[in-house]
Amino acid sequence: MKKRYPIDVRSYIGEHYTPYDGDASFLASPTERTVALWRKLKALLAIERERGGMYDIDEKTISTITSHKAGYIDRENEQIVGLQTDEPLRRAIMPFGGIRLVHTELKAYGREMDERVDEVFTYRKTHNDGVFDVYTDEMKRARHSGVITGLPDAYGRGRIIGDYRRVPLYGVDYLIAQKEAAKSDFIFDAMTEEVIREREELSEQIRALKALKEMAASYGFDISRPADDTKEAIQWLYFSFLAATKEQNGAAMSLGRVSTFLDIYSERDLHSGRYTEAEIQELVDHFIMKLRIIRFLRTPAYDALFSGDPTWVTESIGGVGLDGRHLVTRMSYRFLHTLTNLGPAPEPNLTVLWAESLPKAFKEYCARLSIETSSIQYESDDLMRCHWGDDYGIACCVSAMRLGEQMQFFGARINLAKALLYAINGGRDEMDGSQVAPKLKPIEGEVLDYDEVLDRYDAMTDWLAKLYIDTLNVIHYMHDKYSYEALEMALHDEQIVRTMAGGIAGLSVVADSLSAIKYATVRPIRNESGLAVDFTIEGSFPAYGNNDERVDSIARCLVEDFITKMRRHRTYRDSIQTLSVLTITSNVVYGQKTGSTPDGRKAGEPFAPGANPMHGRDSKGSVASMKSVAGLPYAAAQDGISYTFTVVPQTLGKSEQMQVANLVTLMDGYFKDRGHHINVNVLEKDTLLDAMEHPERYPQLTIRVSGYAVNFIKLTREQQLDVIHRTFHRAL
Amino acid sequence: MDLFGNIHSVETMGTLDGPGLRYVVFMQGCSLRCRYCHNPDSWNPDGGRRMSVDELVDDILLYRSFITPGGGVTISGGEPLKQPQFVLALVRALKEAGIHTAIDTAGSVPLEISRAVLDEADLILLDIKSLDDRQAFSLTGMGNADTLATLSYCQAIGREVWIRHVLVPGWTLDEGRLSELARFLTAFSVVRTVELLPYHSMGAYKWEQLKLRYPLEGVKSPSRAELVRSRSLFEEQGHTVLMSCPEEEEKSKVS
Repeated sequence: MKKRYPIDVRSYIGEHYTPYDGDASFLASPTERTVALWRKLKALLAIERERGGMYDIDEKTISTITSHKAGYIDRENEQIVGLQTDEPLRRAIMPFGGIRLVHTELKAYGREMDERVDEVFTYRKTHNDGVFDVYTDEMKRARHSGVITGLPDAYGRGRIIGDYRRVPLYGVDYLIAQKEAAKSDFIFDAMTEEVIREREELSEQIRALKALKEMAASYGFDISRPADDTKEAIQWLYFSFLAATKEQNGAAMSLGRVSTFLDIYSERDLHSGRYTEAEIQELVDHFIMKLRIIRFLRTPAYDALFSGDPTWVTESIGGVGLDGRHLVTRMSYRFLHTLTNLGPAPEPNLTVLWAESLPKAFKEYCARLSIETSSIQYESDDLMRCHWGDDYGIACCVSAMRLGEQMQFFGARINLAKALLYAINGGRDEMDGSQVAPKLKPIEGEVLDYDEVLDRYDAMTDWLAKLYIDTLNVIHYMHDKYSYEALEMALHDEQIVRTMAGGIAGLSVVADSLSAIKYATVRPIRNESGLAVDFTIEGSFPAYGNNDERVDSIARCLVEDFITKMRRHRTYRDSIQTLSVLTITSNVVYGQKTGSTPDGRKAGEPFAPGANPMHGRDSKGSVASMKSVAGLPYAAAQDGISYTFTVVPQTLGKSEQMQVANLVTLMDGYFKDRGHHINVNVLEKDTLLDAMEHPERYPQLTIRVSGYAVNFIKLTREQQLDVIHRTFHRAL
Repeated sequence: MDLFGNIHSVETMGTLDGPGLRYVVFMQGCSLRCRYCHNPDSWNPDGGRRMSVDELVDDILLYRSFITPGGGVTISGGEPLKQPQFVLALVRALKEAGIHTAIDTAGSVPLEISRAVLDEADLILLDIKSLDDRQAFSLTGMGNADTLATLSYCQAIGREVWIRHVLVPGWTLDEGRLSELARFLTAFSVVRTVELLPYHSMGAYKWEQLKLRYPLEGVKSPSRAELVRSRSLFEEQGHTVLMSCPEEEEKSKVS
């Protein structure tokens, strides 16, 4: 059979890239142009902060790939061009997800809805309208109570990574020709619903590619042909990513894995003398500046869940190829070096794919940067390579997917702690007493019995897993129909793998609760209507986070059990069920919406983020915590297991050299023992306290939270306090 | 027969007690009564949790991926040499498993009790409270003869030693005393590192919890200038000095 669609970025990289084993000494400082441009941008960012985090909104223009004329920060200095709207930091409206949401967003910032825009949506239906046309009462109840929560039914689902490298490598015309060929071949003996949908989507994709070309032309670039050198490659690639962010305000708009691809161009240009190291670093710095100012218009409710205005422009760096050669290049260093040249920043979400066989110099460089900036997250390439090959990228925080071959249907998460309380309370919500889940017999004994609780929990999660999958099916059907990511999908193959990515929040709360019920004596305190609203605990129990098999095995079972239940149900477009243990910053909001739990956590108190142990319950030091987290099975949670590690610098060692060496050892050990993800924060508690008082002094103070990084000063006060109270590991 | 020991606690992320990343076992029991002790809850020899050598070794081996490259296990306390049989068995078991061992001791037990452990362990972190026997007595309730004998024995058998010394203003933080110690230590080729520990009062709350009067009430931590000076006194004598001096680092590299 002849190969019809010869698009293969991975092979191109494998054949042409140059692994780099050296250290960071080749790196260049910022050029004058970079300094000037960054200064100008910093001033704009300061204005954005002063205006309560909102620089400006263009409320009159519905954002599309070509809706805005060319915009610039500083035409004289910027080497990589292109903005989402006509001005930096000015946010666009994207109403196809839901017009009501745009109303809320504008109202929150004291803006009026434009009449013409509003009128369009008296004729045009949105994703949000579609979802609510179909939702059952049961789905609405579960959504309202928060047992299923954060659902992308009113905002863009995101977590789709276009293979943006295809644009510089092949040029847009070639990509259009491929899609047209695919469409003309996409004819089967019956015009079924599936075939109709795929043909319509191919047409949408072709239109989006044409719009991309048009948008680039408005900046004076012809990207119909392949890129010729480093500057063009970065510019082409950025245009294609930019087009995606003009079309969609997905929750996470991740970049993929572009640095080693770009290195092929820069190696060529360095050797031919076309560009110097300083010139190449300048292009990278300017590109990264653009990624730092990607902005979406969002509601205060959204901000409370996903705090700090994140966009998850995740770039995956490093890793090892299937042929055994590592994928670290000079460009890997250059991307990370922007943290030095421009200072720390939460975006792009720099993600190092760690492998045992990465060069030592690179590991040490990363560790040193982590200690200086707290801006990097690490994920196990050794673990993921077995599942996703050597050309996957991370979407959002921890979700790996093969680039151009795979996408996911983002499913936010269920609140596992609430599910446990429903099991105890016969399906009634512990906060307001309403019957959310099917009416089951509540647990009536004076002391909670482990087997009885497990039995009820089992029934409750049977119900929840089915409802969850059904709800996600509705959402993604409508998202595809009314808010299709045409450009991102145009940068995918036609035949792709889809995952249905569920998630759980509150893992450590439930594990500890079950441990308390099993090993101590837990008595519910019931209110007048018989609802267990609090618990007393007598005796001690092993807590998750101490590498104690008695409770860690419970945590493992909880994860395996829930994915097994999800797998029993039919999914939209035959997507494959996966699960994440990730909360982002929503652990605070979920906690607020959840009553007291049998582990001793009081109503309203935050959950631990992601897969972290509850703070203050780890008594053997943080390596024991890492071991507990690393013990969670990745095969059961293929959408990622997030762990956040925060330490004060002195606790890592007595000299800078020892701190670097110890951090490398910690990560080598954690990943060797099958940990999946780790956020590394190296911070003084006093710095954070001071930043709460004097935010203006810390415009770039960056910290890692579950799966991404934020400007600390952009967090809500509750979240700032949560970060500070949470485990700050300090030795005796 | 399995030996049992009294364990105060363990720390799986030990980064401050010896080279590399270490699993630190804090043993219960100490007969010194250092005025600045930050773990007075480890004095009582009968306190803590009773664990067998096997139990402890099994737990330690769970952390092999973390502690084998460049790190190991540090047995600290309390005074670990107050439970010499247990510590000896532990060191031997760890050695057999290929794990580096360090003993964090004040050398406050007679050699005939500690010798076997000193023979087996890879590294001795030896805390010299004061080179002046009278000051040592006044500071800890015990003279320094056993400590110095321990050092001499390590020299005799070629056992690697890291000296630890707490800088207490008004007591040991004195140029004359520090210079003397620095000079004295040049005679011992086994001393690879001198670790200077700035006094801090973070252990004071534990004295309160135990309803004890904190004897160094009001003593401040050394100033940055004092620490820098102390470090140079040792470096002048050719010692490698290890000291964490938080104020010395840039407050924040965040611009």
